[in-house]
Amino acid sequence: MSSETKQPKKLDGKVPEGDIRTKWENYKFDMKLVNPSNKRKFKVIVVGTGLAGASASATLSELGYEVEAFCISDSPRRAHSIAAQGGINAAKNYPNDGDSVWRLFYDTVKGGDFRAREANVYRLAQVSNNIIDQCAAQGVPFAREYGGTLSNRSFGGAQVSRTFYARGQTGQQLLLGAYSALMKESSKGKVKIHTRSEMVELVMVNGKARGIITRNIVTGEFTKHSADAVLLCTGGYGNVFFLSTNAMNSNGSAAWKAYKKGAYFANPCYTQIHPTCIPVHGESQSKLTLMSESLRNDGRVWVPKKEGDKRPPHEIPDEERDYYLERVYPSFGNLAPRDVSSRQAKYRVDEGKGVGKTGVAVYLDFRDAIKRDGLEAIKDRYGNLFDMYQRITDENPYEVPMRIYPAVHYTMGGLWVDYNLMTGIPGCFALGEANFSDHGANRLGASALMQGLADGYFVIPYTLGNYFVTAKPNEEKVTTDHPEFEKALADAKGRFSKLLGIGGKRSVDSFHKALGQIMWEYVGMSRTEAGLKTAIKEIQALRKEFWKDVRVTGSDAGINVELEKANRVADFIELGELMARDALTRQESCGGHFRDEMQTPDGEALRDDEKFCHAAAWEWNGDDAEPIRNIEELSFENVHLATRSYK
Amino acid sequence: MSDTNTMTLNLKIWRQASTKDKGQIVDYVLEGVSPDMSFLEMIDMLNEQLVAKNDDPIAFDHDCREGICGMCSLMINGQAHGPEKATTTCQLHMRSFKDGDTIAIEPWRARAFPVLKDLMVDRSAFDKIIEAGGFVNVNTGNAQDANSILIPKENADLAMDAAACIGCGACVASCKNASAMLFVSAKISQLALLPQGEVEADQRALSMVEKMDELGFGNCTNEAECEASCPKDISISNIARMNRGFLKAAVSAKTK
Repeated sequence: MSSETKQPKKLDGKVPEGDIRTKWENYKFDMKLVNPSNKRKFKVIVVGTGLAGASASATLSELGYEVEAFCISDSPRRAHSIAAQGGINAAKNYPNDGDSVWRLFYDTVKGGDFRAREANVYRLAQVSNNIIDQCAAQGVPFAREYGGTLSNRSFGGAQVSRTFYARGQTGQQLLLGAYSALMKESSKGKVKIHTRSEMVELVMVNGKARGIITRNIVTGEFTKHSADAVLLCTGGYGNVFFLSTNAMNSNGSAAWKAYKKGAYFANPCYTQIHPTCIPVHGESQSKLTLMSESLRNDGRVWVPKKEGDKRPPHEIPDEERDYYLERVYPSFGNLAPRDVSSRQAKYRVDEGKGVGKTGVAVYLDFRDAIKRDGLEAIKDRYGNLFDMYQRITDENPYEVPMRIYPAVHYTMGGLWVDYNLMTGIPGCFALGEANFSDHGANRLGASALMQGLADGYFVIPYTLGNYFVTAKPNEEKVTTDHPEFEKALADAKGRFSKLLGIGGKRSVDSFHKALGQIMWEYVGMSRTEAGLKTAIKEIQALRKEFWKDVRVTGSDAGINVELEKANRVADFIELGELMARDALTRQESCGGHFRDEMQTPDGEALRDDEKFCHAAAWEWNGDDAEPIRNIEELSFENVHLATRSYK
Repeated sequence: MSDTNTMTLNLKIWRQASTKDKGQIVDYVLEGVSPDMSFLEMIDMLNEQLVAKNDDPIAFDHDCREGICGMCSLMINGQAHGPEKATTTCQLHMRSFKDGDTIAIEPWRARAFPVLKDLMVDRSAFDKIIEAGGFVNVNTGNAQDANSILIPKENADLAMDAAACIGCGACVASCKNASAMLFVSAKISQLALLPQGEVEADQRALSMVEKMDELGFGNCTNEAECEASCPKDISISNIARMNRGFLKAAVSAKTK
């Protein structure tokens, strides 16, 4: 197979025909249904139990399918969706401020800098309202007004208040809602949950995904699991950068296994650098902490007008402060989208106007909001975030402005999926952050929770049934005795013993940190042709060194955290190279992908719609060969291509 | 980093190879600890040194390092999540300690939370309690418009206070009876305070309490150690609310 040269393909997103407003409704009617009594004959494996995985597992089980859910943590409730702070968007228009499904759709397509698939985004906006209803019915304690109705706030990239929230811990409450639905099904014996189980291989039989191999993190034991479909709900790959707001165990390995079995990896270079994170403090730092975007509802971002102004913030009078987001983007002000706000922070620091000990930070100031609304009101809105800031930095943000700086937060890229959420591999689906489809080149705030739950509660329950009826995987009985399972098991075991056998000198973390430094330097907030070429070269060298010199202590029996990490870091290194390669070939700037060579005179992203109005879907082509860049053309029939402006 | 402010610490850490192993305290001296490091970054630093010596690094549970996932644990000098109030171990910073301090680090200890390795324990008993009724029986697609359920702000706020529980198990670890009542009552309260959860409130209280007893958690003797150690400030008034609900359910249960 590897001897013949593969040609790049044009991929079909399988978007149904018709008016965008009625596409999904008509498609739901056209799709084939599985008879209720036949559903139990189909088995579904769900990898990951975050918002997408838990909601999909619960809902598919309610419908009658046999579901097995897998997570790497000690409980499904630990998934990193839990850390989302600010909120979830929906087009309810409860505040009567002009919102609609169409406006949410429009804002999301524009926010993504015209690099998302229109039909997916419209469907997302359509089901957004059902999500809020479903979560409220589960007992999610959303913030309420005194009259008992739900409360809303604003997020970046929108001029309406459409964000629902539960204090500064919306992700936690939505995840616990989905988790409770999952436990409800588990109590009925309809979902089997495997905790501390990591997917280490995808199993394909006759071109279809038919199962996975897992490794038990506690015992080190490998197990074969067969099914009629595999759903990857495994989140993003932001930890390629080592330092990110992702949890320590978040990783890209499940998606990477699928990629190596033939799924396409789309737009890996679209990473979101979130503007409001607590700045790096030192070399021992293990992760970065986000301060919710909701803070920009009331906080004002500024730096001193003068370079190298080292006065404490309260000594700098208003006329010597540059409230640069308000100055550059008067109509969106401090609520400019994330990519734009991050880049502006970087410009200020590059100009030598950064603040704090390191000079790599800007201020987020609540002085005026406290004066206007009172201390209590601010405490009520953001109390837990302010407390967290104080615990980490030892500074009181009610008195001293917060110091913030952009950090890696979310990955818009991911496994390429069609309108049905199916990857390039029949029977293998990707949901939530693990797929690429809805956010284009930049995700708007409060849209990740919306997408994870939309995919799990309201999209996959329909499209998976259609796959079962049309592809008929059940007609070909596959058990774990199939030779493909034996082969995959042997591959997985071989990889882990290889890692243990290297016996080198450098720790796994030292490789991960080295990778992170290359990525942040060359594949971070701004990218150049020369830098990306350097990155590819350095990552390739790092990969060679890793397989020659990594030290993995301990054995393969029982708990071995170093071995777990080594397996994930090996994949991150390869993924990092693909990100750099994608960034190099995308010779335009769009959303979170900013090429220095392509910018407007005032430093905004300059798209090239002639050449790059497409998703790049990379196809693996062997370990040492260059991957193939397939494309899916994107057409914008409803929101017309325009230069994104927040001025 | 300059080393002007760094500390040297004497660490006494519980090492246990597996559930079956007896386990013991092992002493380590760690130099160059910066006060800006988090407690877990301090253990990362020690582990990096252990790996360099080809020793087995210390296994501990952690994930988000933002105080929300509930994965981190640790009894630090006998206190669950260490000395700071309403703070998880991952959010505890080394500025809470002084140069030359001795710090004892142990896992959660409770019959229902067996040690897996070193500082890692098995908390799956919590999932089993939630499985016994910590949910509203509503399938996807059944929901009415969210604003058709009006909830007084006070109730929504109280429900949110209870729902903030991260399921870390500090309440169990700090209770001399290894009681899980704070955890269980937080979920029962959250749902009992909301009209969505009220329908099944009686059955929920009965089943969750029964499951808690069955799993080997102890009873509550009102010493409030759980509340004092809770990183999310969950109030023991939830236990009172649960007890009222349980009593009411026990005398008025419609089940035979």
